[in-house]
Amino acid sequence: MTSKRTSKTAVSKPAAKTTKTVAPGTAGKDELLQYYREMLMMRRFEEKAGQLYGMGLIAGFCHLYIGQEAVVTGIQAALEEGDQVITGYRDHAHMLACGMDPKGVMAELTGREGGYSRGKGGSMHMFSREKQFYGGHGIVGAQVALGTGLGFADWYKGNGKLSVAYFGDGAANQGQVYESFNMAKLWNLPVIYVIENNQYAMGTSVKRASSETALHKRGISFGIPGEEVDGMDVEAVKRAAEKAVKHAREGNGPYILEMKTYRYRGHSMSDPAKYRTREEVDDIRSHHDPIDLIKKRLIEGKHATEDELKALDKDVKAIVNEAAQFAKDSPEPDPSELYTDVLVEV
Amino acid sequence: MSIEILMPALSPTMEEGTLAKWNIKEGDTVESGDVIAEIETDKATMEVEAVEEGVVAKLLVAEGTENVKVNSPIAILAEDGEDASAVEAPKAKAEAKDEAPADNGSDDAENDDEADAKPEVIDYSRPDASDPEVPEGTNMVSTTVRDALRDAMAEEMRRDDTVFVMGEEVAEYQGAYKVTRGLLDEFGPKRVVDTPITEHGFAGLGVGAAFNGLKPVVEFMTFNFAMQAIDHIINSAAKTLYMSGGQMGCPIVFRGPNGAASRVGAQHSHDYSSWYANVPGLKVVAPYDAADAKGLLKAAIRDPNPVVFLEHELIYGESFDVPEMEDWVLPIGKAKIRRSGTDVTITAHSRMVGYALKAAEILAEDGISAEVIDLRSLRPLDTDTIVDSVRKTNRIVCAEEGWGRMGVGAEIAAVVTAEAFDYLDAPPARVHQEDVPLPYAGNLEKLSLPGVDDIVKAARAVCYAE
Repeated sequence: MTSKRTSKTAVSKPAAKTTKTVAPGTAGKDELLQYYREMLMMRRFEEKAGQLYGMGLIAGFCHLYIGQEAVVTGIQAALEEGDQVITGYRDHAHMLACGMDPKGVMAELTGREGGYSRGKGGSMHMFSREKQFYGGHGIVGAQVALGTGLGFADWYKGNGKLSVAYFGDGAANQGQVYESFNMAKLWNLPVIYVIENNQYAMGTSVKRASSETALHKRGISFGIPGEEVDGMDVEAVKRAAEKAVKHAREGNGPYILEMKTYRYRGHSMSDPAKYRTREEVDDIRSHHDPIDLIKKRLIEGKHATEDELKALDKDVKAIVNEAAQFAKDSPEPDPSELYTDVLVEV
Repeated sequence: MSIEILMPALSPTMEEGTLAKWNIKEGDTVESGDVIAEIETDKATMEVEAVEEGVVAKLLVAEGTENVKVNSPIAILAEDGEDASAVEAPKAKAEAKDEAPADNGSDDAENDDEADAKPEVIDYSRPDASDPEVPEGTNMVSTTVRDALRDAMAEEMRRDDTVFVMGEEVAEYQGAYKVTRGLLDEFGPKRVVDTPITEHGFAGLGVGAAFNGLKPVVEFMTFNFAMQAIDHIINSAAKTLYMSGGQMGCPIVFRGPNGAASRVGAQHSHDYSSWYANVPGLKVVAPYDAADAKGLLKAAIRDPNPVVFLEHELIYGESFDVPEMEDWVLPIGKAKIRRSGTDVTITAHSRMVGYALKAAEILAEDGISAEVIDLRSLRPLDTDTIVDSVRKTNRIVCAEEGWGRMGVGAEIAAVVTAEAFDYLDAPPARVHQEDVPLPYAGNLEKLSLPGVDDIVKAARAVCYAE
């Protein structure tokens, strides 16, 4: 059975720049373990969400982040408290990375009172002012203009903070992205644009949708520096993010990071993913998995043993199971909730 | 412990499917992510991946089985070190029923409550507030609507340094219609921000800035151009508070001229009143005179919600008395009776209020006493004032500058019919623009737009005074 996934069919390599070596990065033991744990948490959380969806406990749209974990983990590691984060609809892992409670996220997925939006937002619409997570937006590309506005407010207040706007290769073709790039550079706003290029906008590959497929070059005509990064290697992501953060925090304006990454699952739960081959997915999974990569570095660097990592996996699973249980047990919102939160009462 | 693999729901609507193919057999080891089966739904054939790892102990449903119910067990995995051959198949009834939220015993009762909780009549918010008293002897200053709007912004910017103005030509050019004249000099370029021509972008940027603690006043050169930005006004500004369970307020004002100007053609003459007034999560204000323009814009800037503030180019230059008071702020959501009358109620907003007042004068000459209600706010709509008036006059004419279909007048007519049906002596009448894009030719434009005569005619008709 397991031999099936190592079938060596020739496939295009979406993550072309991915290094296959397990060359140790600069991260030490604690940092590597932290990455490993965070990414594992995201993966187990998403697997559980997929499972609950299959059981009918989660409804509507549900977009899983499996495969892309290194991106948000590496970027968040370079931020400081008070920096703002905003993203699109594939947002569960971003919330976990911002330190939001897995219970509250899962309970929102099940549409329950204990969810971050008390069941009124769902998978694509969750927020936490406390953790500086500004959503969770369902309109492709909207978060780019909104994220630029978050950065505008930082610039206006002169508070030394910055905002990170995550968006996909699909959103990168929306007009408002370029309207935002223009203003961000015009006023040198502290915004980092992270393009999570997972190769497919729903079912359309980057090649079929973009005249220029090197998305990090999209800022050139605005004077915004851009960089392509191996988005499957959390250490590479962190290094790139540090550079971008320094650039933005020192008042030099926006920075674009194009993360070459890959999503293992369909666009949403009802996507049969016929636009790519099983072999392509299996190849990335077997040879470029971001969690396996860090696991290898931990083991080969003698930072951890298989047993220690297994124990860590068990801890993570327990947290995720606890979140799932909470999400099942939390009651549906009270019918009176229907009429609240339409307007702030004056 | 063994793990049951359940028939998954692979789309929001799937209830059952065909187990087309097994990719595993009993005794195989699976890891999470392995494709274990193919399932045909009503829409497509989907691959099913394992979520847990283990050894396949039993396949419970044979390949090719149709109508396999979602959530029924299809296979059993033995976990780490468990003896796969010893795993028992579950009893037939093992559908994971009690997992599904709809089957919780207490839910039926809750559903009943929900039905009861739904109000039968549209529940418009009904502000109790009224206009502040203007003390006797207060100096009244003749002010153009344009300057009143500017004064409102300047006063609020002095009062609160998180308030800023942004838009096309608002700073160095002093405003395309000179509404922001002088603001750059007083507040500088950081608080009076000239934007590129990029409505979608700067509307979104404004909403983001509002989420992050600022109070933007976003000027659209005209609301026609805000159609490029309407996604952010509605999807980002209006809905986010609700979608966030009350966490993400968005204190922002979108303002600018709305409706017909003069001979500028169909793309520059659209009245968006009913579009925005349709959306929960927004407040929509459309003042007529200078005092209301000032008092309501100050209120809009202080409001913690997104406010769409509809001005009118053709009344920017008209002068009205504005009370010289330290802090002239009016309540949003309260209509104003501009003229009292007993025979017919005329509702109007923005520039049409002036027409309604002129019509009332003409009607008075015929001996018809018209009551003119200036709506001022379209959302919330002050239905109390309208309904009270109709209970007195028994007749209503709803006047608006925009198209009639699904319009403001249609809404008012529905409210009056529902809440004062027994008081009506005639069906509610509507006055509105002709159902065509606004033409350029002077004569056609005049024919298309509603005017004083149309209101007079409609009022006579409901009074059966032809």
